[in-house]
Amino acid sequence: MGGGITLDHFLVLGLIVFLLGAYCVLTRRNAIGILMGIELLLNAANINYLAFAYFGGARYDGQVFAIFVIMLAAAEAVIGLAIILAIYQNLRTIDVDATETLSG
Amino acid sequence: MFDSVAAQIVFYLVAVTTVGFGAIVAFSRNIVYSAFALVGSLMGVAGVYIMLAADFVAMVQVLLYVGGIVVLTIFAVMLTQGIGDVAVSNRAAGPVLGFIMTALAGAVMLLAILRTPWHLAAPVSISATTYGVGNAFLGAYVLPFEIASLVLLAALIGAVVISRQDLQRDADPRQDAAVRPPAASSADAPGKVEG
Repeated sequence: MGGGITLDHFLVLGLIVFLLGAYCVLTRRNAIGILMGIELLLNAANINYLAFAYFGGARYDGQVFAIFVIMLAAAEAVIGLAIILAIYQNLRTIDVDATETLSG
Repeated sequence: MFDSVAAQIVFYLVAVTTVGFGAIVAFSRNIVYSAFALVGSLMGVAGVYIMLAADFVAMVQVLLYVGGIVVLTIFAVMLTQGIGDVAVSNRAAGPVLGFIMTALAGAVMLLAILRTPWHLAAPVSISATTYGVGNAFLGAYVLPFEIASLVLLAALIGAVVISRQDLQRDADPRQDAAVRPPAASSADAPGKVEG
């Protein structure tokens, strides 16, 4: 630090959030935990959108895309949680390692 | 742009909030702790949005993410887990392998961030963004905007159809066909709402 907060600071913050989300997605067995990791990933992407919108001059384009991402994240969460509830009703578990009915 | 000491303090405060709660989300073994830490992490991200002069996006983040998605996630956690066994419900699979892959990807992306000469424009002035965002939504982005409403409608109907057990049973003609009165013939009407 020293020279003030620059674009790189925000990009590195987005990178850290992305890595936390990626680690969460890779290592969780609980399906809801995986969905939480996906939400961290989407937030990291949004941080990058808004950072580039602010520092790159294309202001409203980045904000509109960030709102689209939030909107689709809502749809994704609704569908994902509905699928998880349906799996739970059938198998009484949401461990993704246990849902291997289709494997040979 | 953010040259003052106060701006640096605010940035690091918001960043530490986001990353700290995000670490709880990623590393906690209790899924309930993860779900509630997601609230803090997303609020920190909303603070980042405000720093980046995106007040409307920050409000949408608080309303939709913190108020909607996280509450939905906590509902799902409570509906699918016995509260007693949450300690074992969130165990990690292959943490070493996951850490190695994440660290490799992070190193590559960090290198890309630091080496790329980003095109920087003049700083935008801090002002209310709702006017510009509304113009963009109903101007250049009106077609994606309308399609997004269709996506949300499809997601709503899909969620209802997927998660309601009686609808699934009605859609499956093989189950309990014997006890069903023949006049009902619900197999022909999978979209019947009255379960």
